[in-house]
Amino acid sequence: MKKIHWESVLMPLVGIALTLLAWQMISGRTVTRSLADGTVEEVRLGWVQDLPGPVQTWEKTRKYVVEPFAKREELDQGILRFTWYSLVIVAKGYAIALILGTPMGFLLGLSATFSKMFDPIIQVLRPVSPLAWMPLGVVLFANAGKSANELAALFTIAVCAMWPTVLNTAVGVRAIPQDYLNVARVLKLSRTQTLFRIMIPATLPYMFTGYRLSLGIAWLVIVAVEMLTGRIGIGNFLWNEYNNGLYTSIVLCIVTIGLVGFSLDRAMSLLERRFKGIL
Amino acid sequence: MSFLVLDRVSKGFGPPEARREVLRGVDLSVEQGEIVAIVGYSGAGKSTLLHLVSGLLGPDTGSVRLDGRTIEGPGPDRGVVFQNYSLLPWLTVAENIRLAVDSVFPGWTEAQRAEQVDRHIHLVNLTPARDRRPGELSGGMRQRVSVARALAMDPRILLLDEPLGALDALTRGTLQDEISRICRASGKTVVLITNDPDEGILMADRIIPLSAGPGATLGPSFPVVLDPTRDRRALNHDPRFKALRAEVVAWLMGPGARPAVSVSRKLILPDLEPEDLEIPRSLIGGRRRPRRRSEERRETVDLNP
Ligand SMILES: Nc1ncnc2c1ncn2[C@@H]1O[C@H](COP(=O)(O)OP(=O)(O)OP(=O)(O)O)[C@@H](O)[C@H]1O
Ligand SMILES: [Mg+2]
Repeated sequence: MKKIHWESVLMPLVGIALTLLAWQMISGRTVTRSLADGTVEEVRLGWVQDLPGPVQTWEKTRKYVVEPFAKREELDQGILRFTWYSLVIVAKGYAIALILGTPMGFLLGLSATFSKMFDPIIQVLRPVSPLAWMPLGVVLFANAGKSANELAALFTIAVCAMWPTVLNTAVGVRAIPQDYLNVARVLKLSRTQTLFRIMIPATLPYMFTGYRLSLGIAWLVIVAVEMLTGRIGIGNFLWNEYNNGLYTSIVLCIVTIGLVGFSLDRAMSLLERRFKGIL
Repeated sequence: MSFLVLDRVSKGFGPPEARREVLRGVDLSVEQGEIVAIVGYSGAGKSTLLHLVSGLLGPDTGSVRLDGRTIEGPGPDRGVVFQNYSLLPWLTVAENIRLAVDSVFPGWTEAQRAEQVDRHIHLVNLTPARDRRPGELSGGMRQRVSVARALAMDPRILLLDEPLGALDALTRGTLQDEISRICRASGKTVVLITNDPDEGILMADRIIPLSAGPGATLGPSFPVVLDPTRDRRALNHDPRFKALRAEVVAWLMGPGARPAVSVSRKLILPDLEPEDLEIPRSLIGGRRRPRRRSEERRETVDLNP
């Protein structure tokens, strides 16, 4: 038991170390050399010349990390401050996705007719990329004035993140054991009572699986949305730094986005497991 | 007229062109306060029969009447103990029973409802487990919760569907006594479904065998004339008990009541065709190489003479 515990800490650390090593090896480095005419020239050497290595990344981007909430200028802020802006908008879009998606899932799960009518449409809309939804969002909310950008972003996040919630809720509703419904019938529960006391509790584990997947997508979408709309946030920061040719910041952003996504998923799966434990 | 009456009841499943009749021409009458056991083979249609009474299913032909009124649908005047307990896993023992009490007695005060819940938990000896969820209970305990939930609804008739079917033999024995005691004490009319003739004899006033499906029907009813204490150790040697059990089993094993037994099994034949050694081996034409033949044959053996 003890040993297994050790390994589950040690092995990921070894993995990270190996990855950093490999990264350092393939990345390029800057060297200065003196030319014959006395001038000095900087050149990038290495296998993937333009990829900054871990050491270089750390040196160039540490000001964003050591003061994560600093706000120096509009486009020069701490990395967690940028992340926070993104998280706020993700939270709003995600909330919309859940509020719309859960009842839709229930309708699909409850009514075979409804399911037959809308399932094909959902299957077609589901794989559409956020990059395709975004322009539509911008057009739809073009005359919303100052909040146009935000509304377009929310629209894109909600419409992309909704589907796992819809589909998992529908599956969960269809999977409610007939026994539970028989109990409701014998007790003569009203429709609302059956919904709230039997169906929703029985579907919760499925709903939370949907919620977790939806959150993952919402976080995936935010980067694309910020790149297109220019909203301040981590995706926008990444894009600006790309345009400025600061590749170290891109790496920092990728690592941050990954870590945040991972944490969100962990948190949701803890919640999910709590509900699974009950059933 | 009897309290519960089933009159020429038939029930089948499936679309009209491929209908499988499960019950055919079932007649049953149960008096008020009587405990009736129905014994039958697995898959004969025992649960179907019970659900015709609970109202979860409706008969195709014939009628089911409780106290003179035709049963239209499920309702709390018929307490059901489902075959698989059907407790709601997200509610505790007390909450499961409370849900039933709340929906059946909306007019009661909070104190009355709490009292009803506590009394029934106590009745099945589960007071220490009242705040546990079904997942944390043993099979026998879940069974008792299910009985308590059905009784807490104060139904006019109690329907038990193989209440002890999923339990091991020892637990079964003690629970038979316990449930039997609770049922008798409640004075309610009880229909008990079981697949064990002993259990039926031990717990009921009357035992009726159900023939094997399809088109199952009820046999003659055998009154249980044993002293009401029914000590199970003494009972094993009681000649009347033995005789009754022999009669019930004989009817169930008799012509017409016994299921048609056939066994279907997959036979896997060797994958090689034998090689004909008579034909001389040569490169062209000549003896063919050993041939693989990946195929199965299905064979049905009828075990009835
Ligand atoms: N809803 C249904 N739809 C189709 N067929 C059904 C349905 N319910 C039951 N049956 C069929 O009816 C027959 C009898 O089922 P039933 O559940 O009443 O048997 P049972 O006697 O209770 O068996 P067991 O002892 O295993 O509980 C079975 O062949 C089953 O396949
Ligand atoms: Mg059954």
